Parts: sequence; C-alpha cells; structure tokens
Amino acid sequence: MASILAVDDSASMRQMVTFTLKGAGYDVTEAKDGMEALQIAKSNSYNLVITDINMPNMDGITLTKELRALPAYKFTPILTLTTESSADKKMAGKQAGATGWIVKPFNPDQLLATVKKVLG
Amino acid sequence: MTKAASELNSIIGSELDSDADQFLTFILGEEEYGVDILRVQEIKGWDSVTPIPNTPDYIKGVINLRGTIVPIVDLRQRFNMPEIEYGPITVVIVLKIECADRDRIMGIVVDGVSDVYDVPQEEMKEPPDFGNVVDTEFVRGLATVEEKMIIILDIDHLLSGSEIKATDGLAD
Amino acid sequence: MSIDMEQFHQTFFEESFEGLDIMENELLNLDVGNADNESINTIFRSAHSIKGGSGTFGFTAIAEFTHVAETLLDEMRDGTRQVTQEAVDILLKSVDVMRDMLGVYKDGGDMDEENNNAVQKELEDLLGVEGASASDEGSNDSANETTAGGWQISFRPHIEMLRTGNDPVRMMHALGELGKIEVVVNISELPSFADLNPEDSFLSWEITLTGDISKDDIVEVFDWVEDECDLDIQPIVNESENVAEAPQAAASDTLATEKAEKDPAAKKATAKKGGSETASIRVGIDKVDEIINLVGELVITQAMLGQVGGEISEDEKHDESRMEKLLEGLAQLERNTREIQESVMRIRMLPISFVFSRVPRLVHDLSSKLNKKVNLVTLGEGTELDKTVMEKIGDPMVHLVRNALDHGIETPEQRLEAGKDETGTLTLNAYHKGGNIVIELSDDGAGINKERVLNKARSNGLVGENEELSDDAINDLIFHPGLSTAEALSDVSGRGVGMDVVRKNIKSLGGSVRVDSTEGKGAVFTIQLPLTLAILDGQLVKVGNETFVVPLVSIIESIQVKSDNLNGIAGKADLYKLRDEYIPIIRADHIFNMHGGDSTLDNRLMVVVEGDGHKAGIIVDDLLAQQQVVIKSLETNYQRVDGISGATILGDGTVALILDISGMIDMYKEKGTPEPTTPVTPPQGNDSDIADEAA
Repeated sequence: MASILAVDDSASMRQMVTFTLKGAGYDVTEAKDGMEALQIAKSNSYNLVITDINMPNMDGITLTKELRALPAYKFTPILTLTTESSADKKMAGKQAGATGWIVKPFNPDQLLATVKKVLG
Repeated sequence: MTKAASELNSIIGSELDSDADQFLTFILGEEEYGVDILRVQEIKGWDSVTPIPNTPDYIKGVINLRGTIVPIVDLRQRFNMPEIEYGPITVVIVLKIECADRDRIMGIVVDGVSDVYDVPQEEMKEPPDFGNVVDTEFVRGLATVEEKMIIILDIDHLLSGSEIKATDGLAD
Repeated sequence: MSIDMEQFHQTFFEESFEGLDIMENELLNLDVGNADNESINTIFRSAHSIKGGSGTFGFTAIAEFTHVAETLLDEMRDGTRQVTQEAVDILLKSVDVMRDMLGVYKDGGDMDEENNNAVQKELEDLLGVEGASASDEGSNDSANETTAGGWQISFRPHIEMLRTGNDPVRMMHALGELGKIEVVVNISELPSFADLNPEDSFLSWEITLTGDISKDDIVEVFDWVEDECDLDIQPIVNESENVAEAPQAAASDTLATEKAEKDPAAKKATAKKGGSETASIRVGIDKVDEIINLVGELVITQAMLGQVGGEISEDEKHDESRMEKLLEGLAQLERNTREIQESVMRIRMLPISFVFSRVPRLVHDLSSKLNKKVNLVTLGEGTELDKTVMEKIGDPMVHLVRNALDHGIETPEQRLEAGKDETGTLTLNAYHKGGNIVIELSDDGAGINKERVLNKARSNGLVGENEELSDDAINDLIFHPGLSTAEALSDVSGRGVGMDVVRKNIKSLGGSVRVDSTEGKGAVFTIQLPLTLAILDGQLVKVGNETFVVPLVSIIESIQVKSDNLNGIAGKADLYKLRDEYIPIIRADHIFNMHGGDSTLDNRLMVVVEGDGHKAGIIVDDLLAQQQVVIKSLETNYQRVDGISGATILGDGTVALILDISGMIDMYKEKGTPEPTTPVTPPQGNDSDIADEAA
C-alpha cells in the first residue's frame, strides 16, 4: 500500500489526517514540522507528502523546495494544506514545486478524494 | 472469614438478572437488615483498624483495602445499639455509597451475614413513622421474606449524616 | 467513509489553549514599534492553526473570529501594518475572546456574543473595511456551465510540469471518470531521442469528453496545473463559450511570485528558536495516576517483602548462602522499585513556567489599570513540580502578584520622590531546595507598613495593647484572617480573598508561605511547597499503640525532654526551653483524644517541628524508621480530619496516619492541651493547685 508522510504542527490535524488515511489503508508517518519531515523523508521513501504551510522550524514551502532538491523526491506528489484566504500561498507552494493543494477546512472525504487524485 | 461469607462473595460476583431487587441481609442483634446487593463490593472478616482521631465512636477507623483507605463504621454503634465483642462471625461488608455527589467506599461491621433474597418492588413497604423512638433516617423500607421482617437500609445516609457534608465544604 | 470527528476534539482543545497561551505571551513580550519578526510569526502561526482546526472540526464561531484576527496578524507579518500598542491590546482581547469561545465549545455554556462582537468590531475597525474582506478571495467563482454535448479540451503542459509531481496520465483518468473520453496525443514536439530529457514534458493532448459534464469539474482536474499548461476548454455543441480566465490567472501569478520570494526570507529568520523542544506525547492524567497507584502498590509490596526478609534472616541464620541471595534480591527490588517510582513521578512533573506564564498578562493589565510602571523578571522557569500542585498554586500566586502590584509597588511619582527608579521590579524566582520547590515573589516597593498593621491588629484585639511583637511577627499578621482584607479593599486585590486564604490554600498543599519585608525597600514572599502530593519522606513515630508519620521536612530535631527545661503557663500549657527560645509542647495523645498514654513529660521523646514559621515539640512514645511513604487521601472515602493530612500504607499492610504539623499547631492554639479525663502529673516546680487536683 502507498505510504504517505503527513506534516502538520497541529496535533489535532495530524491525528485527523492520519486516522483518515490509515482508515483507507494507507501507511502514514507523521512529522510535526518541516525540519522533522525532511529528516524522516531522507531516511525513508514515501509515495506522497502532505504538508501544512505555516509551521515552526521549517515551513511547508521550504520543505517542498528541500524535498524537490532530493533525487528521490523529484517527482513525488507533494500536497500543501492551505486556507482559502491564502490564494497566494497556493501559488507559493506551486512555485516551490508542490503538486497541488488541499483547501482547509476539509473533511475526511475531501482529503481521501484528493489523495486518490494523485495516488490513483 | 466464614464459609457462608465466601459463598456470598461468589454470589455477589455473578450476574444478576432478576426483575426483583436483590438484597444481602445481615444480623444485628435480633434484627435482620438488608442492603441492595449491587452496592456490596465484598465481605471480609473483621481485622484490626487504624483509629482516626476526633471522630464519632461509631467510626472504628480505616483499613487498607487493596491500596485504598476505607473507613469502617460499626453499625451497632451507629444505631445506638449495645456494643458486643467482635467474634469469629463478625464481618465487614464493604459497600459503595453515594454521598456528597460522589461514590465512596465504606465498610460496615455487623454481627454476621445471613442470606440473599429477591424482594419484588411491590412487596417493599414504607416504614411506619416511629416518631422519635427510632431514627428512620437510614430505613428505606420494610420487606417480609419467609415470615420474617427485613429492614431495608438506605445506606447512602450511613456515613453522610450531617457532619461529612459540612466538613467537605471546609476542605475545599 | 464516515469518521467521528469528535475523537480529535480533545487534542484540538488542548493544543488551541496552548496556542492561545503562546499568543498571549508573545503579544506581551512584543516590543511595540520594533517588533520581532519571529514573534509575529509565532503569533500568526498559533492563530492560523486555531483557525484551521476550528474550521475543520466545525467550530465555526472561532474560525470566523480568528480569521479576522489572523488577517490583522498577516498584515503585521507582511510588514504592511505597524505593530502598535492599540493593535496589541486588541489582539490580547481577541485572545480572551477565543479562549472564551473554546471554553464554551469544550464545556458548554453560552457565548458572550455582545463582547465577542464588540472585539470583532474593534478588529475590523482597525483593519478597515477593505482589510476585512480582502482575504476571502481565491475560491473559483467561474459560472458553473454545463453542456449536454460535452467538451473539447486542448491540454498542452509546459515543459517543466512534471517537476511538480503532476502526472498527465492521472488527469486523463480523472477526466475519464467524468464521461466518455477520447484522447489524441500530439508528439510533434518530442525531440530526437538523444536530446530527450525524461524530466521534461513535450507531449500535448486533444481530448474529447462527451456527456453531461459541468465545466467546473473539468477545471478542477486541471486546478493544480493551470499555470503550468495551456488549457483550452470548449463546449462541443455551443460554440459561444470562451475561456476568459487565462489573463487573470497570469496577473495573479506574478503577484504571487513576488510574495513567495519575500516570504521564505522572513521565514528563515524564524527557524532558529524553539528547536530545543523534545518530542512528547499526550497522555491522559488518569492513565498516569493509574500507573502511580500501581507503583505505589509495588512500593508497599516491596516494603512488605523487605520486612519479611529481614525477619527471616534473624530466625534462620543456618542457611546463610540462600539467605544472602534472598536479601540481595530484595535489595535490588528496592532499588528498582525506587527508580520506577521516581521515573513515574517525573511524568507528572511540569516546569513552573506553566504558572509563571499567567503573570505577564496580569502585570500588563494591572499596571495600566493602576497607572504603575512595572518590570517583570522571571527566573527558574524550568523548575519542575507536580501537575496537581501546579494547578492549585496558580490562584495563590495570582493573588500575591495582585497584592504586590496594588500595595507593594508605588506609583511612579511616589517612587521618584523616594529616590527610586520610576519603574518598579517584580521578580519571580523558583528553585528546588531539598524535597521542596521554593517560589519567591519579590518587589522593590514600599514594603509592609508595620505600624499600620500593628495598629490595626491592636484595634481588632488581635494583639494586646501592651504586647510587643518582633518585626517578623508583625509582618506575619498580614496572613491573619482578621487583617488581610481590611484596608486592602480596592478594585484590584479586594475581591474578598485575602492573604489568609492564600496561606490556607498553600497549607492545604502541605506547603508554607512567609513574608520578609523592609519598609521602603520592598517585600519578599517565599512559598515552599512539596514537589509532589504523591509521596513524602517521613519519620515513623509511635504514640500510644498507633504509628504516625511525621513529614521529614517539618522536623528540626528529636530530643529527650529534660525536666529542668519544662515550664508551665497558668497550669494549662507546657513550654519547653530549647536553647534560647520557648516552644509549646503538643501532646498528640491529648489533641487527638487518645487514651492510655504515659502522662509524665520527663524523659519523654520530643520531636521538634516547625509549621508556618511556628515551632513546637510533639511528645511521642517511640521513634521508628524513616521511610518514603505513598500519600493516600482520607477524603476519597471519608473526609478531612483536623491535624491529619492523609494516610499511608505501611510494609505490613496496615494504615498509618500522616500528621499535618501546621494543622496540629492550629489545633493546639485553639484548644491548648485540654485534659478532661486524665490530668497531667505536673513537672517539678509547677503550679500546685493542679497537683492537688491530681492527688
């Protein structure tokens, strides 16, 4: 089954994302900020990375850039979690190399539909 | 502990499915009293207690019940009945009582345990008004089983009385 | 798939309350006019997380409110808005509103709509109308067209599209799910094999999608790549459709790029702080308590085995090698048990910063209300103590801070007049001392006006007209119920709670509080508290037939009573001359109404103890072992008992009561050492009429 790295500094969002994805049969690893995610990503491989944008230590935009610079993550889908108010953030994510975004607030069904879109 | 007590302990542990309420009865002098069996945690033999200073005489003290400190009330003294020596059939019935908005565990010392009876709701009689002769504060009702009268106790008032609520307020 | 979102609420509430605390703290620390980027970012992030979470979990009122606050913060973060005191104050109010709303969602109750709306209005006024609405863009508002026939789509990815992980094949699949699809691939751009870079995209597609499909659904498929491809979507039947979005998208694109470039730079600076957090998990306190109980049981079992082992070794010396092994094993069990207990206790330990963090806001609000200038210094914030103790020390601390600001620190004018800096300093300091945590709260204000306190005490009859008191004793009077609230009634600290309540609360935790003051220079309140309410180092003593535990921290020394040092007062109280002071003798068997004790005092053992700054000697029959005991509450199943702070279970499984030294001293003061039944044989040279009575 596909493995997913879920990055968010909010524990409740992480819980929700992980619970939803695990329920759908995905393997999920959690990271609480970009820095931690990058470390984890370097020592494992994932089919998809879902990351929040606003995080301490390393934000989602920087994480996306750093990941794209790694050969193993050149084409890995990366989705950013973004709020409707930050249209510019979607674009910033894309500029950094993100595949797409999931607009917050989202419910578990929307999350799964979006994940399915990139993982097929 | 007596054999009867250990048998009763096993009854307490088993599932109860009757519509009628079940009561554990015990002897105090010439009288037989009953308590709701669902409130009974266990029955154990009398063992020494640690007295608590400045408490009413009927509070015998506290015991260690698997790590919890549990007060022991002598029911004879609580009811102002003459005291008797504790003997080999003297038992402590450990009860769960609800008082001052929470559950507490308490043990009562009685002369000996008697039996377990089913008492259908409709057979429970209101206690008559004894006036000042008998304190009916603790009596929930009267039931007749096998020609005997059983006094069903309202155990939530045994320890609560007035003093525990008053001091609780202070403690907070 | 249906998921019960409620299971995440607890975590959301916890992290959101924490987030609000962080916001509050950072806001209070903001240097107005020269605000630190990192701080603003931290505040923004907290608000942002709360907004995201509350939206996701359906707490719309918070989400909507926070959105407005976030917009303001976003402007500060972008540098388009100055950080003013006004803005900070409104944001602090917003924090209160959010906290309130969270509380209502968590525990029920009613929202204070009026206040919430008022604060939201303040935020919006500050933002200006355009600020409030500008942020709600971004959703795709194109009219939802449908055509019965279908669509002709021309999709031509830019060369670098694959690099964002977008795969055209998936898009074809997604389109295929919308209707019947026919795809023609155009490979004309494909370079010769030698020149082909597999990471680039050279193909383009002409797609015919037939069926009753809305244009939005198609646009959504290409949503993520709209700026990385040339896309043309035309209805097959109706030729008049036109895609007007392209130029718009391009315009917003350049804008986004500028922002994106500015942002990471700002973010980089933010990455420094906070890297030292250790990974943590959230565990329900009930689970920890359960483990603590189990470990407590283990300690008791271990003590029981130790005792049995000790007894056996006396009896069966003949089998020495086996005996030695058993004792060795028992010793090891004791070590292991102790270690487990300590580690488990540590789980409950939290840094005192949880309490200290409430203070800056308090000082901020109070000093502006009182027109005083106060600089707050906190030290030793990392000092750890038990969560239970922490929860209960918050209110007394808040009261002491109020007191210091209200009565301690003077107004700037008064301070200047007294030759002090116009800004007063309030210092909070915490450190460990023995098995205790000490919290010092010191101010450089006016100190306690001893004359006023003494006069008040005399007029209340607390102190006799001619009674002289030491300075310390006068200062200590402020903790007296009859004095503390008097003359202290003001808007700030006169909430009906006085210093007596502070002392009472601290005492109920097994702690003590005292004050040292120098008039004109300031005052220091020193709170001493046990690190935990779960265990205690105790001295076991025998009184009559009963074993009691005396907390080791209250014991000064244990001595044998010498009759030469005994003195009586009015035949009622016994005093003992200990070096150069007289201490009252407390007879535990009397104040606890225990019978059958030895009634003479001569040659008896006396444990000299101290509680709340008062010394006393407690007469005991025997001194037993010193050991660590697990504190059990008497109140769980019974009630509080005067002079007893709790109970513990000894190695033999029996219960021993733990003495509450301060409580015993209070009892002694109230009833003296009354003796209704068996009078004391008075020590030599004592009042004679008692001796007559006894005879």
